[in-house]
Amino acid sequence: MITFLINRSSTMPNFSTNEFKPGLKVMLDGEPCSILENEFVKPGKGQAFNRVKLRNLKSGRVWERTFKSGDTLEGADVMDVDLEYSYTDGEFWHFMDPSTYEQYGADRDAVGEAEKWLKEQERYEITLYNGSPLAVTPPNFIELEITETDPGLKGDTAQGGSKPATLSTGAVVRVPLFITEGEVIRVDTRTGEYVSRASKG
Amino acid sequence: MSDWRPSAPLVNLKERAVLLAQLRTFFSDRAVLEVETPLLSHATVPDPGIEIFPVPAAGSETAPRYLQTSPEFAMKRLLAAGTGDIYQISKAFRQGEAGRHHNPEFTLLEWYRVGWDHAALIREVAELLSAVLGTKGWQVWPYRALFMELLDIDPMADGDPGAVPESWLSVARSRLGDVPQDLDRDAFLDLLMSHCIEPTLGDWGVVFVTDFPPSQAALARKTRVAGDSVAARFECYVRGRELANGYWEQSDASSLAQQLEADNARRRYRQLAERPIDQRLLAAHEHGLPECAGVALGVDRLLALKLGADSLAEVISFTWPVA
Repeated sequence: MITFLINRSSTMPNFSTNEFKPGLKVMLDGEPCSILENEFVKPGKGQAFNRVKLRNLKSGRVWERTFKSGDTLEGADVMDVDLEYSYTDGEFWHFMDPSTYEQYGADRDAVGEAEKWLKEQERYEITLYNGSPLAVTPPNFIELEITETDPGLKGDTAQGGSKPATLSTGAVVRVPLFITEGEVIRVDTRTGEYVSRASKG
Repeated sequence: MSDWRPSAPLVNLKERAVLLAQLRTFFSDRAVLEVETPLLSHATVPDPGIEIFPVPAAGSETAPRYLQTSPEFAMKRLLAAGTGDIYQISKAFRQGEAGRHHNPEFTLLEWYRVGWDHAALIREVAELLSAVLGTKGWQVWPYRALFMELLDIDPMADGDPGAVPESWLSVARSRLGDVPQDLDRDAFLDLLMSHCIEPTLGDWGVVFVTDFPPSQAALARKTRVAGDSVAARFECYVRGRELANGYWEQSDASSLAQQLEADNARRRYRQLAERPIDQRLLAAHEHGLPECAGVALGVDRLLALKLGADSLAEVISFTWPVA
């Protein structure tokens, strides 16, 4: 497995500034980055430059750098794969490729905010860097069971206020008053907001 | 393919036709002759800042040809043959120059005035801008004064051309963060000009930067201003957009040959392949290029300024990605 990783990282191609398209993954200062923007800048005569915005995929921070046109960066061995969440042992969160049964362990940094949306057998987009999980992105919408919420008042329907509800993953979202414990609801993971009751069946 | 449609709105393409007619009227009113010269030629520019499109030899040809990066050399051969004042609106090609304000294939307006110097030509460029854009007045800034005013550094300070003074590095780093390591002095000045000065010129209206460092003369003659050797060159900026580049032309044949050789030497220094020198251009200079000043102006950028467009894609029928 180790030699496999070394082989992979040593064969990444170099990319020239004119190939820096949004989404391209490159190595900068030893960190994997994704290109966000690339602006070609040139005085009337003379040296041309590229002003480039990149997102550091480990820290999430945006970097701005100026390169001489024609300079190159090594490609980063980064790819996105869809994996199924299996379980956590407290240190790693384990995901599985459902077609090959290959297992991947993501650490706390990689799981980050996604932890509160992790549900067994659900599929997540995992960003792999040199074969190891770098980031976990939940689906935009996920259906989860409510494990705890105060009983709503009878007759108080859609118009009413809202109340906190704890979901099976531990996430707390605000739900309408008529929603009760044990119900399955649809949540937008990007905003952490209740969307609707889950579709039946 | 869903991207068969023009990059530019049709109304802007009509504006382009209006602009081209307006430019032709401007020059015919002034008795400047319109000419056409070849797009494909045997020789090309050695300027290390310009990437070319070679066209492989085909048919009975034995050597590649080159798409012109500007019509300068052919127009100078016409001037040497005695045409008098001439202008041309043509396509020019520079590989790799693609972006919001660049397209590798673009339209240039280039013109030459016999017996004029660059100061006289600056006035005519300003008159053309006034006619097209309605701009009023203009400023002329010597290169050195502009750097002193905006960045508080002296771009003409004595020093090794291969080494960048520490004070320049700190100005650039304070504004840009990390900067490329392997820049020579002129390339570093280009970095400061394009990243730190140009953005500031955005609300200065029409600005002509003149009296460039002699190392950036290109094919302009060198003169002395207040005891300093400078290149008799100008760059025109409108609302911070670089629009035109003009020279009081180097007419002396041996100086031209030296300049072209020096460009090839800079190519060697930057580990770039040398380019074939245009012997017909040299022969024309030996015959005699009249005293003249010439300027090249980007027509696509001019139209973008006229229409308030933020990108050349709004004024070019099919930009590079969909051409």
